[in-house]
Amino acid sequence: MGGTVTTPPVLSLRDVHKSFGPVEVLHGIDIDIRAGEVLALIGENGAGKSTAMKILAGYQPPSSGQVLLDGADTRFASLHDGEAAGVVLIHQEFNLAEQLTVEQNIFLGRELRRGLLLDKARMRALTREYLAKVKCHVDPDTPVSRLSNSEKQMVEIAKALSRDARVLIMDEPTAVLTNAEASILFDQVEALRSAGTAVVFTSHKLGEVKQIADRVAVMRDGKVVLTAKAGDLSEDDMATAMVGRDVSDLYPAKPGIGSDAAVMMRVEGLDVPGHAAGLSFELRAGELLGIAGLVGAGRTEAMEGLCGLRPATAMRVEIGGTEVTIRRPADALQHGLCYLTEDRKLRGLLLGKGMRENLTLQALRKFGRVLIDQKAEDAALDEAIREFDIRAGRRDVRVGNLSGGNQQKLLLAKVMQSEPRILIVDEPTRGIDIGTKQQIYAYLRTLAAAGHGIVVISSEMQEIIGLSDRVLVMHRGRIAGTLSGSDINEEAIVRHAMGVGADPEERVA
Amino acid sequence: MTSETVNTPPRRALPSMSVLGPIIALLALIAIGAFLNQNFLGVGNITNVLARSAFIGIIAVGMTFVITAGGLDLSVGSMAAFIAGLMILVMNAALPTLGVGVPIILLGMATALIAGLLAGLLNGFLITTLGIEAFIVTLGTMGIYRSLVTWLADGGTLSLDFGLRTFYRPVYFDGILGISWPIIVFALVVIIGEVVMSRARFGRHCAATGSSEEVAHYSNVNVNRTRMTTYAMLGILVGVATIMYVPRLGSASASTGVLWELEAIAAVIIGGTVLKGGFGRVWGTVIGVLILSLIDNILNLTDLVSPYLNGAIQGVIIILAVILQREAKAKG
Repeated sequence: MGGTVTTPPVLSLRDVHKSFGPVEVLHGIDIDIRAGEVLALIGENGAGKSTAMKILAGYQPPSSGQVLLDGADTRFASLHDGEAAGVVLIHQEFNLAEQLTVEQNIFLGRELRRGLLLDKARMRALTREYLAKVKCHVDPDTPVSRLSNSEKQMVEIAKALSRDARVLIMDEPTAVLTNAEASILFDQVEALRSAGTAVVFTSHKLGEVKQIADRVAVMRDGKVVLTAKAGDLSEDDMATAMVGRDVSDLYPAKPGIGSDAAVMMRVEGLDVPGHAAGLSFELRAGELLGIAGLVGAGRTEAMEGLCGLRPATAMRVEIGGTEVTIRRPADALQHGLCYLTEDRKLRGLLLGKGMRENLTLQALRKFGRVLIDQKAEDAALDEAIREFDIRAGRRDVRVGNLSGGNQQKLLLAKVMQSEPRILIVDEPTRGIDIGTKQQIYAYLRTLAAAGHGIVVISSEMQEIIGLSDRVLVMHRGRIAGTLSGSDINEEAIVRHAMGVGADPEERVA
Repeated sequence: MTSETVNTPPRRALPSMSVLGPIIALLALIAIGAFLNQNFLGVGNITNVLARSAFIGIIAVGMTFVITAGGLDLSVGSMAAFIAGLMILVMNAALPTLGVGVPIILLGMATALIAGLLAGLLNGFLITTLGIEAFIVTLGTMGIYRSLVTWLADGGTLSLDFGLRTFYRPVYFDGILGISWPIIVFALVVIIGEVVMSRARFGRHCAATGSSEEVAHYSNVNVNRTRMTTYAMLGILVGVATIMYVPRLGSASASTGVLWELEAIAAVIIGGTVLKGGFGRVWGTVIGVLILSLIDNILNLTDLVSPYLNGAIQGVIIILAVILQREAKAKG
């Protein structure tokens, strides 16, 4: 990690505050980005990393404070200005026009012309050149819709190169990449660093932060709580700084599950075409079963398949000792099996509707077979607001205007309207504040203690470790390992998630 | 009813302009009409306007559900023409065996309802099960039905047997207590539609499906069945409208029901239903239908503006309605 850290910063944030409506999400942060240096911005979900990055790239103006470009106060009027100044942000969700070709995407908005017509030959040649730099061997004429995620990532980077980026900002670039693809990305980052580009990236994988970053800035609850050379921090130091408190008081105590606890659900040979194969596991009454794995390991798809939300087959599924067939969500609900989606905005809640319509949608039958009893709905909403501590200024507020935490609580209240005996929650605390997290963890544990079976899918390592009685680790659509008790630790989970097995000797480079 | 006002006074959190806009427009039209022509508010004229609104109105109620659930149906005008033609053919063919009487009328009505149901199911099947865009499917079926009725009529007009027509006429021209049958049927369809939309599970499912197919799917709403049902319902209502329409002229030709689909869609949109789905109201659609009919009626009663400009004025109203809705939405 030999980057020199004494050069003046290219891009800085000084005492930047950012509010969305009445809610302040950044409370005065300072960040310096230097040429030829890789800065990792880490923090839990909701810590403010994405907002900080958007302000750096000129996507959003700060509410107060300064953005300094080469030491001068700058206010990008648009992201176009940001790009013109050489600051390029690569989103987590790719910003590529799917129907256009690679070449058309790279030159989108700045097409080269000869006279009145497009200079296709030159654009194609340049595209090849940029792609070669990132070792991406796709044809410039391929439509982007036909590329894999990693190829799209590389195209995004090639696009940034074509814009002579001085500062390259990447939001979780490796989230969608396989290990091999990630290492190509890191090689490219090294090359950019040597060429004097400043690189900023976020990641949840502390190992790669340690590997690739020169400096680390840790964010927590809208503040930068720690900035240090990567070489001076261990992964533990980073995790502690991110969470900011002893993990033990965030998660409820684990009472321990007796080995005689009844098996609530037994799944044998669950296949979800293209995503998961041959999954077999048991869930006991009172148990919190964690499912860990990398993004794309098939966890969500497997559970959605189990709940009839997508095509799937299973050799045998038993709930409460009897074999059941689940073909559609209604079948799952009828057997007391309910899934809470990871994507509350696109799959969980009707953002344009009020809380009442959302709360009762899944269990509408309970409120009347043909006509709906709106009084009963209102009573249910009163109850949910009280039980889940949903804070919504007005009762008739559009759900899209609620904060992430309150949306999540409403979503939890909604699935509980179906009175599930087995609840599968997918990323139950994504993008919500730590106080709400604590409430949700406590609720899940209480539910388990009352004899329910709970499955928690999470990409947050600490959450899986802090919450689960037992952990299934998935790797490429299969269960790579099962951990319980004191065996549940970060290293073991990571090893299984990477598919390297339990024995350190087996590790492949 | 009284107790729920205590804890939830603003239960319908609708932007006021989107609620008031269509009502104000309707009242304004009535005022203008009354001011310009003495006979405008006469029983004869009102009955006439309502009866003529009934066909489009009955179809537009069905269209409200289709659009609320995120769909669209361009085929209803052609479908009505085709069903009318089919009805006439079936009744004429059955005349020698059944003779003029109630059974043959019932046969004709059953033909219309079943043909409507099947046509709606076909649209629904292509859109939901095969996953083809509603616009494309119904553009296709629109052409198919229009062409079929032209073919059945051999390019001319299909006419109901004269004796039958005389017997069937009262279904359009008679009624109870001076209110003609089309108006009564229209009113019933509206009342049932409004209750289903705002109070029934099915209405809620339509709105959820139109708001977000994904969320609806994850919330145990059978998205395909909901959509399919809206198209089937619309098909049946097209059948009902045709039953009311055939006795009026006793014939069907290639020009029957031309542009009905656009009038129905326009009425739905003027009434405040969101074109991209997720929110619909049947009472609004009724107001939309009345607004469109009144414009036509007023232009015909007065010589202020040429009736040939009817389409232009309706077009302006449609665009204004959408602009008003958008501004109300931005504020709310």
